[in-house]
Amino acid sequence: MSTATRSLPRTIGAHAILLTYTAIALFPVILVIMNSFKSRAGIFGEPLTPPTPKTFDLIGYTTVIGQGDFIHYFQNSLVVTVASLFFVLLFGAMAAFALSEYRFRGNTLMGLYLALGIMIPIRLGTVAILQLMVASGLVNTLTALILVYTAQGLPLAVFILSEFMKQVSDDLKNAGRIDGLSEYTIFFRLVLPLVRPSMATVAVFTMIPIWNDLWFPLILAPSEETKTVTLGAQLFLGQFVTNWNAILAALSLAIMPVLILYVIFSRQLIRGITSGAVK
Amino acid sequence: MGSLKIENVKKAFGPVEVLKGINLEVTDGEFVVFVGPSGCGKSTLLRVIAGLEDSTSGRVVIDGEDVSVTPPAKRGIAMVFQTYALYPHLTVKNNMGLGLKQASTPAAEIDRRIGIASSMLSLEPYLERRPAELSGGQRQRVAIGRAVVREPKLFLFDEPLSNLDAALRVNTRLEIAQLHRRLKATMIYVTHDQVEAMTLADKIVVLNAGKIEQIGGPMQLYNSPANEFVAGFIGSPKMNFIDGARLGETANTIGVRPEHLTVDPKSGAWKGTVVHAEHLGADTNLYLDCEKAGLITVRIFGVYNAEPGATLYATPDPAKTYRFGADGKVLK
Ligand SMILES: Nc1ncnc2c1ncn2[C@@H]1O[C@H](COP(=O)(O)OP(=O)(O)O)[C@@H](O)[C@H]1O
Ligand SMILES: [Mg+2]
Repeated sequence: MSTATRSLPRTIGAHAILLTYTAIALFPVILVIMNSFKSRAGIFGEPLTPPTPKTFDLIGYTTVIGQGDFIHYFQNSLVVTVASLFFVLLFGAMAAFALSEYRFRGNTLMGLYLALGIMIPIRLGTVAILQLMVASGLVNTLTALILVYTAQGLPLAVFILSEFMKQVSDDLKNAGRIDGLSEYTIFFRLVLPLVRPSMATVAVFTMIPIWNDLWFPLILAPSEETKTVTLGAQLFLGQFVTNWNAILAALSLAIMPVLILYVIFSRQLIRGITSGAVK
Repeated sequence: MGSLKIENVKKAFGPVEVLKGINLEVTDGEFVVFVGPSGCGKSTLLRVIAGLEDSTSGRVVIDGEDVSVTPPAKRGIAMVFQTYALYPHLTVKNNMGLGLKQASTPAAEIDRRIGIASSMLSLEPYLERRPAELSGGQRQRVAIGRAVVREPKLFLFDEPLSNLDAALRVNTRLEIAQLHRRLKATMIYVTHDQVEAMTLADKIVVLNAGKIEQIGGPMQLYNSPANEFVAGFIGSPKMNFIDGARLGETANTIGVRPEHLTVDPKSGAWKGTVVHAEHLGADTNLYLDCEKAGLITVRIFGVYNAEPGATLYATPDPAKTYRFGADGKVLK
């Protein structure tokens, strides 16, 4: 029964490679979390060891929580990420449906135009975006960030989703039309549930850069009211003294919400397409 | 109620003309089958009738009313698809009832119609199940039930049996035939399988490359095909076509069905060698390589023992031999 693909050395080899990769990928994360529970002396004295009773210290977390506004920064990040994600998925899916379902003049051109953003980084337009936000009075609002991130996430979302929407059975949509469902009902009730796994993929790809972004919060919304977590953590990076305990604690905390969102979406990824609609 | 008239319908996808002027009349209660090879435009024509596709030009008239710009749900039609196309998130009952619910039919009436349809199709035990929990045959019956509850003027079937296995196909075919007899509704049925066409139809429409080749009853098409295409498409095994010049005939092509040939080991019209023999029990198909006629198929009723390599003489029945001109049309 020892076939070429199932031989023991191969299995061990594959697992060794995967485990090594996992260790390398997780190392910095674990280092950050570990050191966030240590005193300043512990961090510098023995950075690679886990906290011992001697070095264990929650000073980082008390500083972060004590700074008062940190909860508020978290809230801002969460609002911006969730709202942007919602709009990216909604508008991305709608555009993808229109592109894949309807034949109209300029369909291909429109698809290319919508996908253009994948190749051109939105940061190239920062100056223009800032001018736009100033002109419309949106500087230092979360709305500004949500608008920018929605625009940033849409191209990839449209591109990926339209490929998946093309695979949804035409017969199913036509059955809906004959039963008198509106195009909106067909989209929301029949098509969206069938492309849910691809929506989850898009959600993960969209969410992480938004949560981690420092650039646009710094430029468009640096006020105390609208600071996001990444921007808030900069507070502890002083010009002369850096509060490493607080930074590490802030970063550790910042991982949590994305991790939770990721777990939610990855379940969708795994769940697979509802079967039974077509053969 | 339930007549259909198609007037000079054309359909093009960009520069490609898929339907090239279709004219057709279907009277109330008729079972009409569109048959033709894959890609000849059968589904496109059906979708134009359903309103799922706009025709490039021409009119579709249902019950004397021009429906060319009427949305599918308002045309009084129901459609059964090859891939079943059931709503995956709804139970069998709600799958069948959705169309009526959309049309604001009272709940009691919906229940009554679902009751009738599900007993007709033996679906009662499955009403609360979802499509994923049904077999292929059950799914297709649900799809048929969904069409029945709408009580449409016109039933449209697009290759409803193609995804079923052979045994189930025969059963479901029977069920559709019974359904037609019970409901006395007008049905239009698309298939690429000439056996389905012959067994179900009152009237067969043979399509080829976006054009109607011939319209007629099953026996009419079998006995007097209008041209070479219809002659070759209807009947199985396929009609033998022999180059007229090789037989010293004036006609361009001579056609003779495999069942209208007889064989004899001693004498006959065309001398040939047995290439292969297929023994089906009820009949035997012989493939003969003839000196004059080339490779031909002969169908013999009952068992006939012939070894490959043996010499046999085939003789066509002169009364059942077809003569085709250079344009493919039958010569009178
Ligand atoms: N939406 C479409 N866009 C472009 N070409 C199409 C479209 N639908 C069908 N066709 C073409 O029209 C022809 C007929 O298709 P169809 O009606 O599905 O054939 P069939 O007789 O097998 O049902 C095919 O060549 C197909 O490629
Ligand atoms: Mg088809």
